Amino acid sequence: MTAPLLEIRDLHLTMRSFHGEAHVLNGVELTVERGQIWGLVGESGCGKSLTGLSISRLVSTPPGRYPSGSIRLEGQELTALPPRAMQALRGKRIGMIFQDPTTNLNPTARIGTQLVDVALAAAAHDPRVLGRDRAPGPFARKAAARKVAVEMLARVGIPDPEARMLSYPHEFSGGMRQRVLIAMALIGRPELLIADEPTTALDVSVQAQILKLLKGMVSDHDIGVILITHNLGVVSETCTHVAVMYAGNVVERGPVGEVLGRPRHPYTRALMAAIPTRGTARGALKGLEGTVPDLVRPPPGCRFAPRCARATADCAAGLPAMRAAGAGHEVACLHPIEEPADA
Amino acid sequence: MTDVPVSAPRNEGLARMLYRFRQSRLSMIGAVMVALVLLFAVFGPVLAPYPEHVAGGVDTAARFQPPSPAHPFGTNELGQDVLSLTMAGTTVSVLAGFGVVLIGAVIGTVVGAVAGYVGGWTDEVLMRFTDLTLTIPGLILAMAIAAALGPGFQNMVLAISLSWWPGYARLVRGEVLAAREEVYVTAARATGAGPGRILFRHVLPNCVSPIIVKMSLDMGFAILTVAGLGFIGIGVRPPTPEWGTLLSNARSYMPDYWWTAMAPGAAMFVAVFGFNLLGDGLRDILDPKGRR
Amino acid sequence: MIRFILRRLLLLIPVIIGLTMIMFAIARLLPGDPVGLAAGPNATAAERAALATEFGLDRPVWEQYATYVGGLAHGDFGTSLLTRRPVGADLAAYLPATLELVFAAMFIAVALGIPLGLLTALWRNRWPDYVSQVLAIGAISMPRFFLGLLLQLCFAMWLMWLPLGGRLPIIVFPPQPITGFITLDALLTGDWQVFTTALRHLIMPAVALSLSPLATIMRMMRASTIEVMGQDYVMTARALGLPRHKILGRVIARNAVSATLTVIGLYFGWLLGGTVLVETVFDWPGLGLYATKAILSQDMMPVIGVALVIGLIFVLANLVIDLAYGLINPKVRYA
Repeated sequence: MTAPLLEIRDLHLTMRSFHGEAHVLNGVELTVERGQIWGLVGESGCGKSLTGLSISRLVSTPPGRYPSGSIRLEGQELTALPPRAMQALRGKRIGMIFQDPTTNLNPTARIGTQLVDVALAAAAHDPRVLGRDRAPGPFARKAAARKVAVEMLARVGIPDPEARMLSYPHEFSGGMRQRVLIAMALIGRPELLIADEPTTALDVSVQAQILKLLKGMVSDHDIGVILITHNLGVVSETCTHVAVMYAGNVVERGPVGEVLGRPRHPYTRALMAAIPTRGTARGALKGLEGTVPDLVRPPPGCRFAPRCARATADCAAGLPAMRAAGAGHEVACLHPIEEPADA
Repeated sequence: MTDVPVSAPRNEGLARMLYRFRQSRLSMIGAVMVALVLLFAVFGPVLAPYPEHVAGGVDTAARFQPPSPAHPFGTNELGQDVLSLTMAGTTVSVLAGFGVVLIGAVIGTVVGAVAGYVGGWTDEVLMRFTDLTLTIPGLILAMAIAAALGPGFQNMVLAISLSWWPGYARLVRGEVLAAREEVYVTAARATGAGPGRILFRHVLPNCVSPIIVKMSLDMGFAILTVAGLGFIGIGVRPPTPEWGTLLSNARSYMPDYWWTAMAPGAAMFVAVFGFNLLGDGLRDILDPKGRR
Repeated sequence: MIRFILRRLLLLIPVIIGLTMIMFAIARLLPGDPVGLAAGPNATAAERAALATEFGLDRPVWEQYATYVGGLAHGDFGTSLLTRRPVGADLAAYLPATLELVFAAMFIAVALGIPLGLLTALWRNRWPDYVSQVLAIGAISMPRFFLGLLLQLCFAMWLMWLPLGGRLPIIVFPPQPITGFITLDALLTGDWQVFTTALRHLIMPAVALSLSPLATIMRMMRASTIEVMGQDYVMTARALGLPRHKILGRVIARNAVSATLTVIGLYFGWLLGGTVLVETVFDWPGLGLYATKAILSQDMMPVIGVALVIGLIFVLANLVIDLAYGLINPKVRYA
């Protein structure tokens, strides 16, 4: 059996803050295969973005610190990689898209320059990015990178890409900028794409286009995607799998239909109850009581226990282990909910 | 990032102050230097080892003596102890610097507050005038006014002040414009407070800390300007000891009697350095917005 | 773009009127006895009156002002009371010297301040950063004329590596004036000897003048670099594997410089007036020295002329900076 595309095991991360050391990731486990789109969901501050940044090793240390954990990309351990080798992976094998398209493009450089720079950086490690087997001379390389960039802009649906290469970011709308960012993330032909709330800042109609674009890219290139979001609607529409995070742990994961159809963890259930649907009766919408726990002094055992209606004394004894709850469906809870969702 | 609940608010306030205190170790050094300068400004003529030289006494037998235990910075062309003159010169420099900054701040605050609060044409006229004054090099303007007014301490302070206020006018106008939009000012207006009351009770108090920060940052440069005028030959006349005049005097005896320049030059540097360090630290603590 | 420049150039007219009014007010309304100083201590009352009439000083202030502004329209800056030379010709002679000095100082300040600011931002909160922060405040606190004296003492009097002052020794013929900058003109005419001589004269005053803008630009660059490093697009650039030198150059430096540019423009104007003391120390025949001599004898026409010229250059420098800002930061183009 070949190694999975991405395998995160027991990832711990602490952040030094004014109040002390916060345990922001507490043994995250996640496996992503090619062709899968994993939705990573949870409240703000649950560690989903930090998980994404940790994969690319973009969390600065200090203030961050990794006491333990393993991140493997096709069997290659990333946590032990020297910085140069890690930089070579970024943009080439791991692409990233961030939330706010207005702030993630360099305002003082042309779109074309930014795309070409990424393409050249990726081509330095893999000349096939430019459609060649060997690295050509600098001028030819730049011309090839330009050609690839124009193609990429066309692929993400930018009209008149040749002319748009000369534009500056501020001349683009939010949706167009996000397309450019996607083009930048994909131009190095990554195997793993991490998209951190790529549609949160966009209109709903543009959101749908961007998600469709992402889906198309996955099926065309057979890549794996981690889609970080707090929008369960986006997850059910776009993702094949979903992992629910709470206070630095993955508490439930599995195929999208399984997890969202039969959520087992009380937290997942509560998250879903907080979304209005057409069937929701007026006043039946439920918010989640309480707040995310203090991560400097986290509660012992299950971190959700203080907010959980089903918690018992054993919940505080230790972190509950993952256990099977259906086909590929796992849940980290001592008292998972057995009855179906809309009871 | 993560919303970490606050554990104990009172401890935190204290901890934060301590944190800032530690951060601004430099401003503590600056404060010590400033304290030393102020000490000399008040007691300089008394503390000076040769008070008779400060009063204008000469000792031609001991002219141009190199540094020695008796005269750590040597003596000048009149046999006066350079250290004593320099210590006594602190008074004029610090007093003049303070006068300039104070008068400049008062004029600037009035102009800025009126412009910002009244708005309209008044604002337009006052600010255009401010901008114009800013385009004239401060030193040349001060020199021209000082030369026209004639020599003397008050004239010199007045001349520099008249080139000093535009910065304050712009600062205060900006603050007033910002404060005018604040909810509490609207609330005060709603309760029927008059414009004067609003300006002095609600708007100007908010400008105090940026003004103080600017004044402390300006002190050093004001002292430099005073010394510059003295160096050129406008300002306080001998025998009143003044750093710029002392330095300009020493210049004629270079390089053979180089020590005559060292004490006044170093004193200027120390005073300005101290005020700049202190001002920088004050800005970080009092006016975090202005941190740049 | 052209309209933007024209509109800004049109703004020069009110500046000229305002500047001359302020300077005239100082010259004529404040007490002072320029005629007495110019005529000399032994002049009779009749001689003084004749001098006052010759220069129109006996007429009402507003009339003098109207005459002056009328002359300005024809490029006449008035006549010096003391030397009886036309002020316009003097300004033309002294301005290039000051500009050469200021450009040289700004060159040093920008060429060192920008990279140093970038570096100290990268070394943030480590000891080289702390040391350079203290040094920067020290550099700003150093009186320029004292620094000038120390440089003279060290390099001209003791080591005798550099000349004491002036632009060129009297025995050296200046090159054909093309730009008015002796160093540049010598280069253009291919006169190496004059070039090195002129450069050796330029070094000390330029260094003395450059120290405080250097420190200010460095601190400004450090602050804006730190701010830019926290921006999302820097994270994106890192996440997409751009090499370190490209992130530094294309992404961080470019954005940080555009924020620092405004300070550079302000400093340029400020330095023009700040050369007075350095010119005095190094006997540099520029506007500052010219103005100082005139001020000391209350000869106001040259002073008004100098203030006018510097004020205009100040406004023009800001225009140039705004244009440069538009080149670096496309968002504000033609704003």
